[in-house]
Amino acid sequence: MCSVDQVAAGRMARVLLPVGAATVVMFVALLFFGTVDLPAGDVWQALTGGVPANPAASLIVVNLRLPMACCAFLSGMALAVAGLLLQTTFNNPLAGPSILGVSTGASLGVAVMMLLLGGGSAVGVAHYAGALVGAVAGSAVMLLLLLLFSRLVRGNAMLLIVGILLGYLASSAISILNFYATEEGVHSFVIWGLGSFSGVMLADLAVFGPLILLTVAATLLMVKPLNALLLGADYAESMGVSLSATRNRLLLLSGVLTAVVTAFCGPVGFLGLVMPHVARLTLATSNHNRLLPATALWGGFSGLLCACLSIFAGNGGVLPVNAITPLLSVPVIMYVIVNRDKISYFR
Amino acid sequence: MNDTVLRLEDVAVGYGSAPLYDGVSLRVSRGELVTLLGANGAGKSTLLRCVTGRLAPMRGLVEVAGRSLSEIPPRELARLVSIVSTGRELAGALTVAELVALGRQPHTGFFGRLSRHDREVVGLAMAAVGMEGFAQRQVASLSDGERQKVMIARALAQETPLMVLDEPTAFLDVASRLETMQLLSRLAREEGKAVILSSHDVGSALRLSQRLWLISDSGVGRTLVDGSPDSLIKSDALGSLFRGRPVRFSEEAMDFIPS
Repeated sequence: MCSVDQVAAGRMARVLLPVGAATVVMFVALLFFGTVDLPAGDVWQALTGGVPANPAASLIVVNLRLPMACCAFLSGMALAVAGLLLQTTFNNPLAGPSILGVSTGASLGVAVMMLLLGGGSAVGVAHYAGALVGAVAGSAVMLLLLLLFSRLVRGNAMLLIVGILLGYLASSAISILNFYATEEGVHSFVIWGLGSFSGVMLADLAVFGPLILLTVAATLLMVKPLNALLLGADYAESMGVSLSATRNRLLLLSGVLTAVVTAFCGPVGFLGLVMPHVARLTLATSNHNRLLPATALWGGFSGLLCACLSIFAGNGGVLPVNAITPLLSVPVIMYVIVNRDKISYFR
Repeated sequence: MNDTVLRLEDVAVGYGSAPLYDGVSLRVSRGELVTLLGANGAGKSTLLRCVTGRLAPMRGLVEVAGRSLSEIPPRELARLVSIVSTGRELAGALTVAELVALGRQPHTGFFGRLSRHDREVVGLAMAAVGMEGFAQRQVASLSDGERQKVMIARALAQETPLMVLDEPTAFLDVASRLETMQLLSRLAREEGKAVILSSHDVGSALRLSQRLWLISDSGVGRTLVDGSPDSLIKSDALGSLFRGRPVRFSEEAMDFIPS
């Protein structure tokens, strides 16, 4: 038995060390390069608390680039972990926060706060507090509806379609809100909806960072029931898992992760659906002992990759994150769907 | 020592207002293999769900190891009753050892870490079904018959006095079917388990079970007949299994044949 664990640990190290290294490289790159050219010396001075030659460097590096890089990593991690929880909870590898309408539900909550209750022009932490409350409420409602429908409809594909339809409902509610909102409110909502990791300031990070990290840490406590759920509800229950309590906790955790990211960065699509697959395919396991930490790291990697592409391919501007995530994600999902008969975790 | 593992006393089973069966009293002891036979839609799974505590009886008492099912908390129940179900699980990317080790969950702590004893039990469970050489193989690479053995090993690792299997041979070829039935019969005998399974395989059930539970439709309602294979053949109770269908039971063939 010992050797089995060593083989698994070896494979995990071979996969995750390069991913971790690439993650660090991208993180550092996002500090040193951006839409404004700064000499490396100035960036270094700004980071180490010195006095850079260009006084704007401190502001740019510490208040913009550092929070943005942290936000990209944390958002990717949060969405990937949320996706994994949803996939295991619904026993459906094609589930994810965006495809099941959870992100759209969070968006609707944000739209209600931003458009209906005013505050479209507000900036800073107060603004995010409203968006955060709206997003958590919106995603919670969506998850409750999904839970209800998962008892009424048979078959995994049907539940996905229900999720997509619920997403459309939320979208149409958002459109109606937009129609009646002020021009100013609509403008800021549209910008928010494009998805961006740059909206988080240093002060916001003090809320955003701990919230994500604590929630991800809490998911690590769910590894045992998550593994039982791989066999489906009947088996899990027969092994002593209290089904409804476990499901509620898992949905709450994935809902909070999705909602926090959505409130701060907009509805970022696809990463939650795709990154658990990348983790499973590279580690060749569904065992959450290893899969959950690996998914978190791959998720952080994917967030930083999207951030790098949005900045370095932006030609002096910043491409919207949601223009990039489908380009990276859809080919992976296509690969998974086409090869599902050969992929071990579908069998 | 009292060998009774499962006791049903005047139980009514079903969903909604009208019970599928009423007044059911049954008893299963250590070392017994009981096969539940009945036509499709007769309610075999419903009865098994009641026995495993998934479905509360509408009336009456279901007792496992001398305690009423309704009073046993989930984790303790998981140390008394294990299941093998027909559901297609998404366990393909686990190794055989990992899947069997899931059976230890009711015995392990909060994080599910396996002790030396847990690992021994997992090893013994794999050996008991003849899959010890497959410990490191991915479940997805197994044949249907091998996979079913692994699912049985998982239930064994749970170390429960009662094991309940819902059509464990349904999707297997003849060889795997017989092999699985012989395995279950041996586990009941040698490990002293009480094993209850539902099946459509009348021949194997008659040869290997100590007792049969027959669900027959008398026309006015379902009844559950409990007896040894011999007594049920003699009393012609098997004949009522498929009332009104163009088949009859043949004693020579030990199976149903066209009539």
